[in-house]
Amino acid sequence: MAEKQFKVIADTGIHARPATLLVQTASKFDSEITLEYKGKKVNLKSIMGVMSLGIGQGADIKIAAEGSDADLALSSLEETLKKEGLAE
Amino acid sequence: MTFLSGIAASNGIAIAKAYRLVEPDLSFEQTKIDDAAEEVERFRQAMNKSKAELEVIRDRAKIDLGEDKAAIFEAHLLVLSDPELNTPIEDKITSEHVNAESALKETADMFVMMFEQMDNEYMKERAADIRDVTKRVLSHLLGVQVVNPSMIAEEVIIVAEDLTPSDTAQLNRQFVKGFTTNIGGRTSHSAIMARSLEIPAVVGTKTATEAINNGDLVIVDGLKGEVHINPTSELVEQYRNIHEEYEAQKAEWAKLVNEPTVSADNHHVELVANIGTPNDLKGVTANGGEGVGLYRTEFLYMGRDQLPTEEEQFEAYKAVLEGMAGKPVVVRTLDIGGDKELPYLELPKEMNPFLGFRAIRLCLEEQGIFRTQLRALLRASSYGNLKIMFPMIATLDEFRAAKAILEEEKQKLLTEGQKVADKIELGIMVEIPSTAVLADQFAKEVDFFSIGTNDLIQYTMAADRMNQRVSYLYQPYSPSILRLVKMVIDASHAEGKWTGMCGEMAGDETAIPILLGLGLDEFSMSATSILKARSLIRNLKKSDMEKLAQEVLNMQTTSQVIEAVNLATTK
Repeated sequence: MAEKQFKVIADTGIHARPATLLVQTASKFDSEITLEYKGKKVNLKSIMGVMSLGIGQGADIKIAAEGSDADLALSSLEETLKKEGLAE
Repeated sequence: MTFLSGIAASNGIAIAKAYRLVEPDLSFEQTKIDDAAEEVERFRQAMNKSKAELEVIRDRAKIDLGEDKAAIFEAHLLVLSDPELNTPIEDKITSEHVNAESALKETADMFVMMFEQMDNEYMKERAADIRDVTKRVLSHLLGVQVVNPSMIAEEVIIVAEDLTPSDTAQLNRQFVKGFTTNIGGRTSHSAIMARSLEIPAVVGTKTATEAINNGDLVIVDGLKGEVHINPTSELVEQYRNIHEEYEAQKAEWAKLVNEPTVSADNHHVELVANIGTPNDLKGVTANGGEGVGLYRTEFLYMGRDQLPTEEEQFEAYKAVLEGMAGKPVVVRTLDIGGDKELPYLELPKEMNPFLGFRAIRLCLEEQGIFRTQLRALLRASSYGNLKIMFPMIATLDEFRAAKAILEEEKQKLLTEGQKVADKIELGIMVEIPSTAVLADQFAKEVDFFSIGTNDLIQYTMAADRMNQRVSYLYQPYSPSILRLVKMVIDASHAEGKWTGMCGEMAGDETAIPILLGLGLDEFSMSATSILKARSLIRNLKKSDMEKLAQEVLNMQTTSQVIEAVNLATTK
């Protein structure tokens, strides 16, 4: 199992387009991937799950992956977050 | 073959197959199913069909509307692939043996409720996305056709109850040849939209959606206000001829694009256009408009979930001013309320919205909104020939209050070191009878008047223009209306000011001769009416029309006026 903490820096938070990108990235992997915010954990392959968290700017989030490609999944997601200026 | 009559809302003839823009019936009953595996398969197939459909829509949206607008369909696609939606639905089918329709509906409703309860406006709107996606899947399960206006790929005539601005935004102009609606009049949004898109339209047919089936051959006669359903081949032939004649006539008018608008006895008037967005400028130039007489800024505020920023407004105003390259542009400040709502302002429902909290009344109360718009306008003023007018002014106090706010913002901008044009003419809309009656006093303080006839007529006649049962009272040629118009024009001239008109009446063939005679200085109309009006005015003598105007002011009824105009203009 791989996991990592991030701080959201995008001023729109994880809304529409960012959420779409994260879910698209996560869906490429076999591992089970979760996103945790304020003690609530959702499936990162679920757009509705991600949006339901209502993650805003400054939020501390945790992404965890479990499965055969867990490490690769986590590093891909990290790359997406940073490349799009969403989180650090 | 059937025939419907309605209101001619936009000129021209269109012949094409009908496309009904009507919500399909998506009702179903919850049933128990025997073979759960088969039902799950049926559900998956409906999902796959929906995905394929959405992919096509997304790709087309990317080309037609750009990546930004296509993003919404990308999100819809993800909702369809969402395991948190699919798994519970399939589980429900398997464990409860219910049909896919009810499993889908119940699960989706749960999510819709969850999103609706969030206190974030953006999240609330996601509920609408889920509803939208659910409808699409449901339609595939039920085997009914969902309406996809953006998917239209052949020439069609749109048939609908009514068309909202967002409906029209989705229509592909290349394929939509005309439209017909059940409700609406000459001044409803659908009608205004049709004229700015330059497609023939007949509105207010009452029964178009009942009488017309998908695929019926339909003729929309936007000249006479008639709709023919499955016409005989003779009639189609006849209409093809009328269409050709009309096109030839239009070509004749097109020769006047660069000609001045002068009467036969050499009196010049200005023919300018009504616009809603910077995109309409192309039409203004193509039709030889001498400026913009009414820029309806409310479109900047509509079809979105929050107020436009000062920057967004500045860009739009600047684009229009630069686009008109020094020709006059009269911008009307926000005219919201009445039939034009802004859901995000959360204004309370009113018993009489047309007599209520709208336009300048709202702007003087909600000053933040007003000041943002004025700042954007003032900043744009140095890019062209800007004139500003306030809508729905009823008293001089209202005008003075609005002007004072404008002055304050101007001083602030100058202190900030921003550029503002030295001279910006400031005028008012004359829509309320009290203002027309007191025009001599207003004329001392305003730079110009613009008569908004649609509202002036409804307020003078006390007849709601959205109410079809009293639509016979929409009488622009009534001597009562003409007298009010005369009072306004005379009052402005006495003070060396000018008067324009930006209602439907300004482009009306019967009204133009009278208005010319009354001395109207500026006629603002749909861009597509300009050349026809120019052709008409070039054949009229102002001195003759002055006599006609004198005559009709003393008549008793509208029909007498129409008769007198016909007599004076056909000799």
